[in-house]
Amino acid sequence: MKAGIVVFPGINRERDMAIALERSTGRAPRMIWHTETDLSGLDLVVIPGGFSYGDYLRCGAMAGQSAVMQSVRTFAEAGGYVLGVCNGFQILTETGMLPGALLRNASLRFISRDCYLRVERNDTVFTRGYAKGSTFRAPMAHGDGNYFADDATLDRLEGEGRVAFRYAEPDGAVTLSVNPNGSARSIAGIYSDNFRVLGLMPHPEDLVDPLMGGEDGKPLFDGLVQALAA
Amino acid sequence: MTKAVVTIMLKEGVLDPQGKAIGHALGNLGFSGVGEVRAGKVIELELAETDPVRARAAAEEMARRLLANTVIESFKVELA
Repeated sequence: MKAGIVVFPGINRERDMAIALERSTGRAPRMIWHTETDLSGLDLVVIPGGFSYGDYLRCGAMAGQSAVMQSVRTFAEAGGYVLGVCNGFQILTETGMLPGALLRNASLRFISRDCYLRVERNDTVFTRGYAKGSTFRAPMAHGDGNYFADDATLDRLEGEGRVAFRYAEPDGAVTLSVNPNGSARSIAGIYSDNFRVLGLMPHPEDLVDPLMGGEDGKPLFDGLVQALAA
Repeated sequence: MTKAVVTIMLKEGVLDPQGKAIGHALGNLGFSGVGEVRAGKVIELELAETDPVRARAAAEEMARRLLANTVIESFKVELA
């Protein structure tokens, strides 16, 4: 699997993502500077977390208009796989590649702690390493992770099975008390309609080594490698 | 030159925790009778276009394309 990581000025999680991808693929991903537009030869493009262009105006708004995102959109339309984490998720909603938007956390506080994500389905390239309905731990680090979409969009996402992850108790129960940021229907991540684009707020790439405190996020990357092995 | 003022607000029905926090703080300061508080942003644009119709249309296009996220925000353009 050939993976690339888009690097915007102000991004700060690209090296974490590179470590996670390299651990699973055995080779260093290509780092794609935000002015580049050639994504040829890649199976997976990852948009990492951080604060692209300072997140001026809105989180991900400037990045959504960048040259490289035009290429990422074309790449996705041609059937390429795209993973957006945290700011990457915000950027994907700003471009319209994923529906909805990420609002300020309901608490107005920046959240920096772990959560548990429930895997809503495991028949996608991103989640085949997990059991359906199981949970895994993932670190959160965001101020604007409150997923919002209108009710019709939320109903459509649920009806089409496009909710990837929900914030849950370790046993899988989805309760209001573990919804960290006010997200509609406890949604932590969603898929595109062809299940090739995934956006989520927490950081599976930050739990891929016992030295990081766990390997809960590693099945996501291992699964991708198995699915996209070229 | 035309000056356009774009006011961007969260749509009705979109939670505005910032507005709520401001309202709460006003209550703490002893201001009574304050109902719902909503927070938004104002962007001023200097436009070379002097025709008011075209200037407004251009500002509205800028708002739709970048200044506002119409999934969550509404906007209004005023020429100053």
